[in-house]
Amino acid sequence: MHYVNIILNAVFIQNLALAFFLGMCTFLAVSKNVKNAFGLGIAVIVILGITVPVNNLIYTELLKKGALGKWLGSSLSDVNLEFLGLICYIGTIAAMVQILEMTLDRFFPALYNTLGIFLPLITVNCAILGGSLFMVERNYNFSESLAYGFGAGLGWALAIVALAGIREKLKYSDVPHGLRGLGITFITVGLMAMAFMAFGGIDLPE
Amino acid sequence: MKFLRNLLDKVEPLFTKGGKLERFYPLYEAGDTFLFTPGEVTKNGPHVRDSLDMKRMMSTVIVALGPCILMALYNTGYQANLQIDAGTALAIDDWREVVYSDWLGLKHDPSSILGCFVYGALWFLPVYAVTMAVGGTIELVFSLVRGHEINEGFLVTGMLYPLTLPPTTPLLVVAAGIAFGVFIGKEVFGGTGKNFLNPALTARAFVYFAFANYLSGETNPLGQGVWVAVQKSIKLDGFTGATTLAAMVNTETGNSPAEAMTEVTQGITGHAFTWWDPFIGFIQGSMGETSTLACLIGAAILIATGIGSWRIMTGCVLGALAIGGLTYGFAGENSVAYISPVWQLLIGGFAFGTVFMATDPVSAAMTETGKWWYGGLIGGMTVLIRVVNPAFPEGIMLAILFGNVMAPTIDYLVIQANIKRRLARYGT
Repeated sequence: MHYVNIILNAVFIQNLALAFFLGMCTFLAVSKNVKNAFGLGIAVIVILGITVPVNNLIYTELLKKGALGKWLGSSLSDVNLEFLGLICYIGTIAAMVQILEMTLDRFFPALYNTLGIFLPLITVNCAILGGSLFMVERNYNFSESLAYGFGAGLGWALAIVALAGIREKLKYSDVPHGLRGLGITFITVGLMAMAFMAFGGIDLPE
Repeated sequence: MKFLRNLLDKVEPLFTKGGKLERFYPLYEAGDTFLFTPGEVTKNGPHVRDSLDMKRMMSTVIVALGPCILMALYNTGYQANLQIDAGTALAIDDWREVVYSDWLGLKHDPSSILGCFVYGALWFLPVYAVTMAVGGTIELVFSLVRGHEINEGFLVTGMLYPLTLPPTTPLLVVAAGIAFGVFIGKEVFGGTGKNFLNPALTARAFVYFAFANYLSGETNPLGQGVWVAVQKSIKLDGFTGATTLAAMVNTETGNSPAEAMTEVTQGITGHAFTWWDPFIGFIQGSMGETSTLACLIGAAILIATGIGSWRIMTGCVLGALAIGGLTYGFAGENSVAYISPVWQLLIGGFAFGTVFMATDPVSAAMTETGKWWYGGLIGGMTVLIRVVNPAFPEGIMLAILFGNVMAPTIDYLVIQANIKRRLARYGT
């Protein structure tokens, strides 16, 4: 139940895209049709699902205060490497994205082509880094961060698929010239976030 | 009538293309079609049936709203008069009191039907007038600048929105809400039929989040009851504030909902609270949503004329019953979720939202199978928000907005499933 709550919390209540507005660049750019959005959503789920637990290991086993001491003797037990966090997490994410890119290129060339430049861009997607930073902030252990990474990815994927569905529907709209494109998409995302406030304030026992 | 027709025909050249007042054609068109049957029907729009134009569609919704409007007028006055008569609260001392007592010479007597109607109208009509004035102006400006027709869709939005508000909502708040709803919720997308969220609900949700202390809780910052148009009650503090739903969800004693409500209402009404009360609707709440019966009459009209989708309504009810049954079955006796599913259907704005808001053809799911899922999602979410989320005792508003957001995705999945099935059947 604990893990189910973590997942539900990450998917709905603290949705990375619609509650924290993280990963907006790809969120707005790749949401023109549902098919691509779905593909990117899957990619984000996979990347978040892998990087958050891996970063969790790096954090708890290497960076956290006293972690090095466990490995290299007690003389290093008060070394605190947390300031290296950001650069380590980004490195892990970049490596994972590279691996995913090669896998997609080899086995799913169609999806690889549609994602195009946005796949490498996931590396610098703030939702992915945000996932790792939230993991540190909330003191998740390994299995919790596994659940959290998966849930956060799922929430982001759900949001981008819903946005893509709406944008496909809005193709038939008559938006004023100045707002066409990104302008109306920002407004759409804002209204979606208002609808997602339905979940705000739910306090799941974790 | 002949004179009017002649007059309109005479000025028409001024407004048609090339005329002096070309820019104001929508204004002329609106006046003309309001007075006379238009010569042509709508060519495109959110409806599919021929012979049914937007005007008739929207007018049917207004007719279906009739019972709710009558209840709004009567019940708003009735609830206020009930408390003022019982001496538990004072009448709010503003211009309404002057009109009601001094000019019309009426007494705050709950048994007087005329009195209740008049006092209710004094609260409802200003809200309605402000909604129409502010929303209508925005609609008008947009139609003039962008050259689309002034659309009857706004009449429905402008009717639904005041019905979802508590009676004492300050008029400035009303204006801010409808301005947001019409402007951001509808017009930036190109007007009626082009939006993806229900504009009335967008407006309602906006004021709910932006002016929360005027629209929820017990008393607003002006010292007036939120759900009953009286000043903060003197004797039974708390009674003025409680909608049935809030009272039930917040009961901590593990009473059944009826017991919880009886506890707070017995001092005033003198009888035990049964499911009959929220069914008929003489309870506190937003102006138009208290009566399940009025909504049922509206639902009958909408379904009989084919305007509202029975699939969505049924889906909502099934979803609420399913999730309500689950939470009722698994919740302990002392939990807030211990409200039987039948009560879930009766209390709060469930009936109103299901019948009039969820079935909005623009923002709902379009596919037939999708409508079932869409309805079920809304019904289930409503009950879930009610029992799980302590921040919002009323879930239907946000559940429908969430349904609106997910509707295109639901449609997409239904269509994809269909394509797959057909491919499997007829494909090579």
